[in-house]
Amino acid sequence: MIPATFDYRRADSVADALALLHEYGDEAKLLAGGHSLLPLMKLRLATPQMLVDVGRLGQLSYVRQEGDEVAIGALTRHRDLEVSEVARHSVPVLAHVAGQVGDPQVRHRGTIGGSIAHGDPASDLPAVVLALGGTLVVDGPGGRREIPSTEFFTGFLETAVRPDEMLVEIRVASTAGGWSFQKFNRRAQDWAIVGAVAVAAADGATRVSLVHMGATPLRAAATESALAGGATPAEAAAVAAEGLEPPSDANASREYRRHLAEVLVRRALEDVSLGHG
Amino acid sequence: MRVGMTVNGKAHEQEVEPRLLLVHYLRDVLGLTGTNIGCDTTSCGACTVLLDGVSVKSCTVLAVQADGASVTTIEGLAPGPDQLHPVQQAFREHHGLQCGYCTPGMVMAATSLLAEHPHPTEQQVREGLEGNLCRCTGYHNIVKAVLAAAGGEVPKEPVA
Ligand SMILES: Cc1cc2nc3c(=O)[nH]c(=O)nc-3n(C[C@H](O)[C@H](O)[C@H](O)COP(=O)(O)OP(=O)(O)OC[C@H]3O[C@@H](n4cnc5c(N)ncnc54)[C@H](O)[C@@H]3O)c2cc1C
Ligand code: FES
Ligand code: FES
Repeated sequence: MIPATFDYRRADSVADALALLHEYGDEAKLLAGGHSLLPLMKLRLATPQMLVDVGRLGQLSYVRQEGDEVAIGALTRHRDLEVSEVARHSVPVLAHVAGQVGDPQVRHRGTIGGSIAHGDPASDLPAVVLALGGTLVVDGPGGRREIPSTEFFTGFLETAVRPDEMLVEIRVASTAGGWSFQKFNRRAQDWAIVGAVAVAAADGATRVSLVHMGATPLRAAATESALAGGATPAEAAAVAAEGLEPPSDANASREYRRHLAEVLVRRALEDVSLGHG
Repeated sequence: MRVGMTVNGKAHEQEVEPRLLLVHYLRDVLGLTGTNIGCDTTSCGACTVLLDGVSVKSCTVLAVQADGASVTTIEGLAPGPDQLHPVQQAFREHHGLQCGYCTPGMVMAATSLLAEHPHPTEQQVREGLEGNLCRCTGYHNIVKAVLAAAGGEVPKEPVA
């Protein structure tokens, strides 16, 4: 399978990438690790006229402790996040989940920025950033702006990043508390049929997010409010799918996904309350 | 567009279309047909090569993305024409292949795995090869071969 023809430019800096996006407008797409975009282009489900390659922007590959937050450059590859000492120490859930994405070859190429900007409800890292209450930093013609993760995912494969903007950094709070990641899939390298992330946040609340349970990565709102109201893990998990409309596909029906969400959220919450992570 | 890269220690430079995939560059432009295409959808790992030392699926990398990089394919792994790389040797000794179609990708993925985990457990080998599919061996002998290449204990009956 061969992608349709396109022009290709390699950006040497963020400013260069933004200038190219501005110049080519809707015809242009950023290329980071290419592990979501190239498969779509090979299937001709995506046919951008111009690829702006930001994959080499080493200045956007970092994991840094900044006060009680961790800042991650958008071009940080999954493997680099998985083995980052800073991430393992300050946000172990993020390092752990980065190590569960796809397979080693995918992790050697894919980037956290690409994973978040793609906005795929089946992806793991967006759910973690949601559960951590993270912030996404984008750069564009009007300068940098910060978007809370709860406002970032706007629709299926759609985010709050405008066509002339670029995601440059992901910021999450350090978490000393418990966490859990539950991923259910049938083959080792696959995306989750359903996944659940639970994090005991510094403010005492437990935040829960879900993978592949709707059009976007999302927080399990009903579960979170049940927990805030004093529900047990089992009670809070029983409402995990409330108000959600997960997709039906070849892997699982909508009903099965709803069932999985309840089971996985219960496991995640029990895991967190046992102090695991 | 002009791309230059070092493949198996030799410098190459060519004019290519931006949409040319690395696997096609290796196979069709350079004639290095040891790297196989199995699924063409980033699933099977048959096309695995080392890009700047780490395993990647070359059906999902553009040749232009590898501009300036160093690529190692199965043809470039052995230290000399009459020698085998330790991972190749171990695959041979432990019957880590049957039809051999997955083997170049398996060997490259295993080489990258051993660079990251020089003394892997059996579980680490199994998980480290999750991006490579084999329709013949049932994986047991591949796992044995990789453990042997790492100089570790080779289980008689690996537990799945
Ligand atoms: C076989 C396989 C298995 C996988 N399994 C999983 C899995 O289990 N879990 C999981 O979460 N993911 C999985 N993935 C997806 C993988 O994690 C991708 O790497 C990731 O989703 C996209 O990152 P990328 O850097 O490759 O982005 P690209 O493919 O380069 O880009 C994706 C999209 O984001 C845009 N983009 C990229 N970077 C930026 C930026 N900085 N600012 C704005 N827009 C940007 C691009 O224009 C494009 O539209 C899998 C992929 C494959 C091929
Ligand atoms: S051919 Fe590349 S992964 Fe199957
Ligand atoms: S030996 Fe035949 S596919 Fe692996």
